[in-house]
Amino acid sequence: MIEGAKWRRWVYFYIPLGAFVLWLLFPFYWMLVTSVRPDRELYRPWMAPNYTPFWTAHPTLEHITDLLTETLFIRWMANTLFIAGVATLISLFCGILAGYALSRLKFPFGGALGTGIFITYLVPQTLLFIPLANIIRNFRLGDTPWALILTYPTFLIPFCTWLLMGYFKAIPRELEECARIDGATRWKAMLYIIIPIAVPGILSAGIFAFTLSWNEFIYALVFLSSAEQKTVSVGVTSELVRGDVFYWGQLMAGALLGSVPVAFIYSFFVEYYVAGLTGSVKG
Amino acid sequence: MARVVIRNLNKTFNNVHAVKGVNLEIRDREFVVLVGPSGCGKTTTLRMVAGLETITSGEILIGETVVNDLPPMDRDIAMVFQNYALYPHMSVYDNMAFGLKMRRFARSDIDRRVREAADILGIEDYLARKPRHLSGGQRQRVALGRAIVRHPQVFLFDEPLSNLDAMLRVQMRVEIKRIHDRLGTTAIYVTHDQVEAMTLGDRVVVMKDGVVQQVGKPLDLYNKPTNRFVAGFIGSPAMNFATVRVHRADSGLRADNVGFGIDVPAEIGPRLRPYAGRDVTIGIRPEDLQIANGNHLPGLCFDAVVEVVECLGAETLLDVLVGGQMMVAAVEPTVGAKRGDKLRLALRPERLHFFDTASEAAI
Amino acid sequence: MALSDVITQRAFARAPQRGVTTRLLEDERWLATVLLLPTVILLGVFIAYPFVEGVLLAVTDSRVGVPGTFVGLQNFEALLDDSIFRTAVWNTFVYTAVATAFKLGLGLWLALLLNRHFRGKAFTRAFILLPFIIPTVLSTFAWKWMFDPTFSVINWTLFQLGLIRARINWLGDPNLALISVIIVNVWRGVPFFAISLLAGLQTINPELEEAAAIDGARPWQRFWHVTWPLLLPVTMVVVLFSVIQTFADFQLVYVLTGGGPANATQLFATYAYQIGVSTGLLSQGAAISLAMFPFLLIVVVVQLLYIRRVEVH
Repeated sequence: MIEGAKWRRWVYFYIPLGAFVLWLLFPFYWMLVTSVRPDRELYRPWMAPNYTPFWTAHPTLEHITDLLTETLFIRWMANTLFIAGVATLISLFCGILAGYALSRLKFPFGGALGTGIFITYLVPQTLLFIPLANIIRNFRLGDTPWALILTYPTFLIPFCTWLLMGYFKAIPRELEECARIDGATRWKAMLYIIIPIAVPGILSAGIFAFTLSWNEFIYALVFLSSAEQKTVSVGVTSELVRGDVFYWGQLMAGALLGSVPVAFIYSFFVEYYVAGLTGSVKG
Repeated sequence: MARVVIRNLNKTFNNVHAVKGVNLEIRDREFVVLVGPSGCGKTTTLRMVAGLETITSGEILIGETVVNDLPPMDRDIAMVFQNYALYPHMSVYDNMAFGLKMRRFARSDIDRRVREAADILGIEDYLARKPRHLSGGQRQRVALGRAIVRHPQVFLFDEPLSNLDAMLRVQMRVEIKRIHDRLGTTAIYVTHDQVEAMTLGDRVVVMKDGVVQQVGKPLDLYNKPTNRFVAGFIGSPAMNFATVRVHRADSGLRADNVGFGIDVPAEIGPRLRPYAGRDVTIGIRPEDLQIANGNHLPGLCFDAVVEVVECLGAETLLDVLVGGQMMVAAVEPTVGAKRGDKLRLALRPERLHFFDTASEAAI
Repeated sequence: MALSDVITQRAFARAPQRGVTTRLLEDERWLATVLLLPTVILLGVFIAYPFVEGVLLAVTDSRVGVPGTFVGLQNFEALLDDSIFRTAVWNTFVYTAVATAFKLGLGLWLALLLNRHFRGKAFTRAFILLPFIIPTVLSTFAWKWMFDPTFSVINWTLFQLGLIRARINWLGDPNLALISVIIVNVWRGVPFFAISLLAGLQTINPELEEAAAIDGARPWQRFWHVTWPLLLPVTMVVVLFSVIQTFADFQLVYVLTGGGPANATQLFATYAYQIGVSTGLLSQGAAISLAMFPFLLIVVVVQLLYIRRVEVH
């Protein structure tokens, strides 16, 4: 703790920390309040006399019900779940195999390949989206979830590989050598020994990958056109704005509900998520 | 027959020639210890026998088969690692059963073998536990058990006791010897600790810089080292070395330096005569430096001043200044010497070693 | 009686025959090839190939539905003359530099605060990551609503506190729009910086700071001479990731302003989208996207070299 008088603790610690927490979390509170606020209170100008922005005396579920019944929101959630889930599985599969190969096998061009995979992580989606759109169309994948399921791994695999390499490297070489002396082939040693021990890393990578997939926007925006195929992010952006009119109640309800699955998974696996985040940075 | 033959074994890493022309024959049921300082090539040699390192040139035979190109799993060996290498996600039982499962043994056979080994090692009570719930000594027993269940032709040990504390190390040493006596499997054991080498080995192989220095029974290495390195490596506290000049004296040869001189005993005279007028290295073990009394030959006595006294209980170590050199003498605990005392020390003629200063070979 | 006498069954009398697949997989090189194949294929088809296609597109004059002919560097020359493009370049650099600076500063501050022990620390740490976890588009909408010219809760608060008399048009005022967008980007990025730097802080041996304290160093000096140098490797990696993401950012601006007002918040990515997708001028859009690449490359190379140098020390 900070040495010195109590007031110093308040000025240098509690107040700044409180300010940070308030600033970082307020928008979510705002989302929540807006979602349950009736329209007549919602569209009250900011200078109106009886405006009480921070709470509402008449909470309502109408925005949420309208969202779920009048729009394709549930469909979008299902799409996003499917796409994020499958993309994560593909990326984990490739990432585990690639991470193992790069961290525990000696072969020519190993270093170059590792660097190559790292470099692809640095190529942003906004650089590739135009030519990729053409390619997706040529493969006849346009407007299907597969357009995303096959392209998301391009930024998920490098990340998973890099993260898992760190975990694999930490496993002592002797475990594998012992397994090989015990009679396991390299393949079996990888399957029965190395991968089970790396499960925490695999979980971290998987959760991070799922979150990143859920968050992706530009590919989903460009590759999907029909309303039924859209993901939550794209759907909320394009379908909940009719003409120039923003239906803020529904929008915020959509934003809130759209965040729930990710927040839910996150809440159970906070440690793994943080481990994934810090693992990728500490390399 | 599970003998191991190593012929002209060489290993080069990048530009480092780690193992140079090693020739060794380990007989069936023999317990051979490879010992030497770090970097001497002992672990590399062991790993080549195991198949964990490729062989640059030479041959290794296990039984009657040349195993150079066989992967580790086909060599019928088992290895105990320094860090135990227990699979952390499996129970003790599964750790020991893993190798048998990989070879598709019947479950009843696996069970029988695992329990047998557990019985030998006294670990039946923790078959269900995971390694992280075991102490260092228990983990090492499990590592041993994992090797035993395979009934291999050869056991390989890679410094298995280095990670244990001193007391545990002594206990496990006895355990290993006991198990070897009971099972009789051929074993190759690598260590940097010469005490382990002396107590465990039927024969000991001393290595330095990739070259085998001497092979022999422990006591042979102790009594008849073939070079200065082996003489200094085996035995604790280490042998004292001093440079002396040999010259002819009235009644034979004399070997001396500033403040220190002895008459060369008659048995050694002929060997040393070619060195008359030159320097040689004399080697005296601390336990062979005794307090002079009437029974010693006067030509083998000399003066010394005590610098440091270390009382160990069973013996006392005296760091003494002889002429200009420091030597260590291990004497009876009843000797009540103090710092600064002048003592007269004596040697026994049959306990002297001489080495050529250039080649370091024993004379 | 030795155990080995009793058990006559040996594991095998001689080395067993192994199938071709097993022997192949034992070889490190073959196994590595098999393991890396799916990754290489996926990345090759969906990154390397589009990149090449992008280059090809940029040197033609394709439009949607109309395959183009080779035009050399015409598209790039046109961009240099395009004032909107120049604005977008400027905006992107300002956006990236300012946002990263604030994210680093605030993130570091927050990490230092979180490095102390207090009740509810784990809880706080978990909640703080929410801006980073929640899908960007959705949280950005919340900000858009908070910035709304008519209904802004921020304006309401500032007015109630007596700090303003007229409304602030956060997103509609060309002078303010970029600042507002930067605020949201910083909001989103601070948790990432904070948690990563916190992890870096926690690997620093506390004894080093204690020794410095005993030597008489004040808190600021301890930070500057002991903590900061040790934190540099992690910091550089975090900054590298962040700079790349921020430079290529799309979602935030698309939702908040669409690039306006009057191109005040136009970035590389949003302009490429506007030209390439909305207007359908594929080649020109591809050229804009590709124009990002040299800048990104320089930034990446500089940082990687710096990281390598720091690590060697």
